[in-house]
Amino acid sequence: MSFRRLHPEQPESFAFTPENLAWAKEVIARYPEGRQASAVIPLLTRAQEQNGGWVTEPMIRYIADMLKMRPIRVLEIATFYTQFQLQPVGRKAHIWVCGTTPCRLRGAEELIKVCKRRIAEKAHTLSEDGDFSWEEVECLGACTNAPMIQIGERVYEDLTPERFEEILDEIAAGRWPEPGPQNGRTSSEPLGGPTTLTDDSLFNKGSDAEALIAARKSSAAKHAATAPETPAHAQDETASAKKTEEKERAAAETAKETAKEQAEASALAQGEAKEAKEATESPGAETPKDTALQGAAALADLAEARTPSEEEVEAAKATPPQLYEAPPAQVDDLKLISGVGPKLEKLLNDLGIYTFAQIASWGPGEIKWVDDHLKFKGRIVRDKWVEQAAALAAGGEEEYIRRFGKKPR
Amino acid sequence: MLSDKDRIFTNLYGLHDWRLAGALKRGVYDGVKGFIEKGRDWIIEEVKASGLRGRGGAGFPTGLKWSFMPKEVGERPHYLVVNADESEPGTCKDREILRHDPHRLIEGMILAGRAMLAHTAFIYFRGEFIHERKVFEAAVEEAYEAGILGRDTIFGWDFDIIVHHGAGAYICGEETALIESIEGKKGQPRLKPPFPANAGLYGCPTTVNNVESIASVGEILRRGGSWFASLGKPNNTGTKLFCISGHVEKPCVVEEEMGITFRELIETHAGGIRGGWDNLKAVIPGGSSVRCVPAEQIIDCPMTFDDLAKLGSGLGTAGIIVMDKSTDIIRAIARLAYFYKHESCGQCTPCREGTGWMWRMLERMAEGRAEKREIDLLFEVSKEIEGHTICALGDAAAWPVQGLINHFRDEIEARIDEYTARADAEGSMVKEMEKAAAG
Ligand SMILES: Cc1cc2nc3c(=O)[nH]c(=O)nc-3n(C[C@H](O)[C@H](O)[C@H](O)COP(=O)(O)O)c2cc1C
Ligand code: SF4
Ligand code: FES
Repeated sequence: MSFRRLHPEQPESFAFTPENLAWAKEVIARYPEGRQASAVIPLLTRAQEQNGGWVTEPMIRYIADMLKMRPIRVLEIATFYTQFQLQPVGRKAHIWVCGTTPCRLRGAEELIKVCKRRIAEKAHTLSEDGDFSWEEVECLGACTNAPMIQIGERVYEDLTPERFEEILDEIAAGRWPEPGPQNGRTSSEPLGGPTTLTDDSLFNKGSDAEALIAARKSSAAKHAATAPETPAHAQDETASAKKTEEKERAAAETAKETAKEQAEASALAQGEAKEAKEATESPGAETPKDTALQGAAALADLAEARTPSEEEVEAAKATPPQLYEAPPAQVDDLKLISGVGPKLEKLLNDLGIYTFAQIASWGPGEIKWVDDHLKFKGRIVRDKWVEQAAALAAGGEEEYIRRFGKKPR
Repeated sequence: MLSDKDRIFTNLYGLHDWRLAGALKRGVYDGVKGFIEKGRDWIIEEVKASGLRGRGGAGFPTGLKWSFMPKEVGERPHYLVVNADESEPGTCKDREILRHDPHRLIEGMILAGRAMLAHTAFIYFRGEFIHERKVFEAAVEEAYEAGILGRDTIFGWDFDIIVHHGAGAYICGEETALIESIEGKKGQPRLKPPFPANAGLYGCPTTVNNVESIASVGEILRRGGSWFASLGKPNNTGTKLFCISGHVEKPCVVEEEMGITFRELIETHAGGIRGGWDNLKAVIPGGSSVRCVPAEQIIDCPMTFDDLAKLGSGLGTAGIIVMDKSTDIIRAIARLAYFYKHESCGQCTPCREGTGWMWRMLERMAEGRAEKREIDLLFEVSKEIEGHTICALGDAAAWPVQGLINHFRDEIEARIDEYTARADAEGSMVKEMEKAAAG
């Protein structure tokens, strides 16, 4: 336990900015009725940020009031949780240096020396110019990238004292160096490259959820298109469907550029390729750059393998599928489709349905026809016959396993 | 070595797209609809059959834990709480899942929710995981947009995820402290019983699971419990993320088969021990909370819960802290003692007082400024803490100290001897000088 007190000098007041206030209300609403105290850590964290990095007494009262908590309870939170700073911190950066054993084993002590020399002899003390402060913290969960420091959201790993000093220089000059490992690796893979995960097939497995997501999107879009007088909540849906459409179109447009960019990126040295990757992956980035490419691939898959949704089948006009008068030369074992047993297989055969290819070709109309004829009550859609049949038609058992992750039965 | 096709965490290093499109390519969410339809009992049975044991440190069987939740939803909703507090020194695996494969975790949360009849999950990030939280939040947003989360989902299981975070307190990783913290209180562990499965978050039936445990579930159901059980050793099945830190050539996180020997793990992935195998001194194999093991005992030990327990240590979180012969092991353990002193929540006397006392004693011992009989005293005090506290932080503080004394007592004694000899020498020098000055 550490004993922590509020700073002797306190400001007059605290209030959230309008944006933060709106955000706070949203956060409070996440928790169940009567449980608004749950929001105390998120709110205090945001308040600390707004106040330049430290928690004040008026802030504690303000948040207590907002959450209908007794101020002493919020004070307890502020003193118990060590991420709340109870005194002013450096204007430009407050530095957490990890000082726990795994980081010590790889030179954390040298980083602490740098802090003492460049910032202040004692932790939680402002540098002379007021720009920096530091403290030694406990394991930050990056031990395989030791030693490391963290400044707000930015984590600097695999540091040497020299590199750390450079980073401090940069920040002092008003620039933020690229966070992450400083020795050329991407994250926690062994330096020089991973010893695992080199089998490319891992990254092209595909997921049957792609079809479900696409079906949901298209049915939402159709819904929006076919209902001119839409109630309020459905209008939201329309709007969001439109938005997604727009986003997709925008993404498709950037896709070409991106493909080029990516080709260039992969030609670059490893370090730079990494930057390119990080740029695509930063959570702030609006649309993931390769969504469009992957989306297109998903659609191509879909063309051969999508069971339409129930609504689509419901909306369709029954159309008779291709039927055989007599068994064709090559008859498939329809029982391999999960949901089709010997009884259903016989019914299907009697109707003139013998092959996976037949079933794989069904659209909503055909499904409706077969469903009505055999009184299947939506079974075809529910059990995804079309997708299963498509997989089996395309590559038999192997393809089925690839797409569904299990053997057909 | 585990073959690539048997790995669960295929984007461990973030070399591929973490977003939904990328996750789908890697097969995430595949088959989930079918698993949801198969229902509670089927999921629990598969997870039981897999032999999966909790990856948060205690190794409790996951399927069994889920079966403790009430079989029907009564007046109170059921909650799943995912523990993303990852703060155990030496441990940095959940972070990689959170920032590089968030959809795999969301998938597991939905499946676990189905198994325990929960429609709401909370995830508790340690406060310092700001980037990780942002990535995860972005993934949650994508999942809502795609109909994976929310009402009337594509999988047929209504599910909400509420992202919560702490603000710097290791103790909030303890499951009941974590629950207190979500409720807006200090993170102080609760007395059990009642267990969370009966009265947890907001008094509702709750199960707390580790990130890695939950994120493994989707692949286990896809490949079958028997696949997972076929890897590793009996009672210690499957694959596991190992975090290798300290004095190895190439520290890293890597997924390996349970039961791989320490030697093979280090040789294959971490580039060997710094300065060669002869230079290895000791290893803390399960995150800081387990007893250290001297080199000769660990080198050929299979990395499993049971094998490491036989050495008086444990697999814990599989945060493997490697120390070579340059390590001042008394200082290394003293620093861990400081950690536990700093992180004790203060409600039990043995822990609050004992952790500080042990730390100060070890600091003296690191200098040699102690007496040999104090080594036994230190050991006794650690035994007074162990097992006499509300939560396991007390044990976690005691074990590293016991490991040090069990295996490196001679080193402590030598340090004391050195100090005494030096002090004597200095003392006699002072006397001489005094004499000289007087004469
Ligand atoms: C002091 C203390 C700290 C803990 N920290 C964590 C943690 O950071 N992450 C975690 O998953 N479990 C942690 N645990 C274990 C949890 O209490 C709990 O057992 C675990 O989250 C259960 O998940 P599992 O069954 O999936 O392993 C901690 C336990 C103690 C006593
Ligand atoms: S053992 Fe320590 S950390 Fe756990 S409840 Fe008691 S005082 Fe708190
Ligand atoms: S010990 Fe420094 S990050 Fe874990």
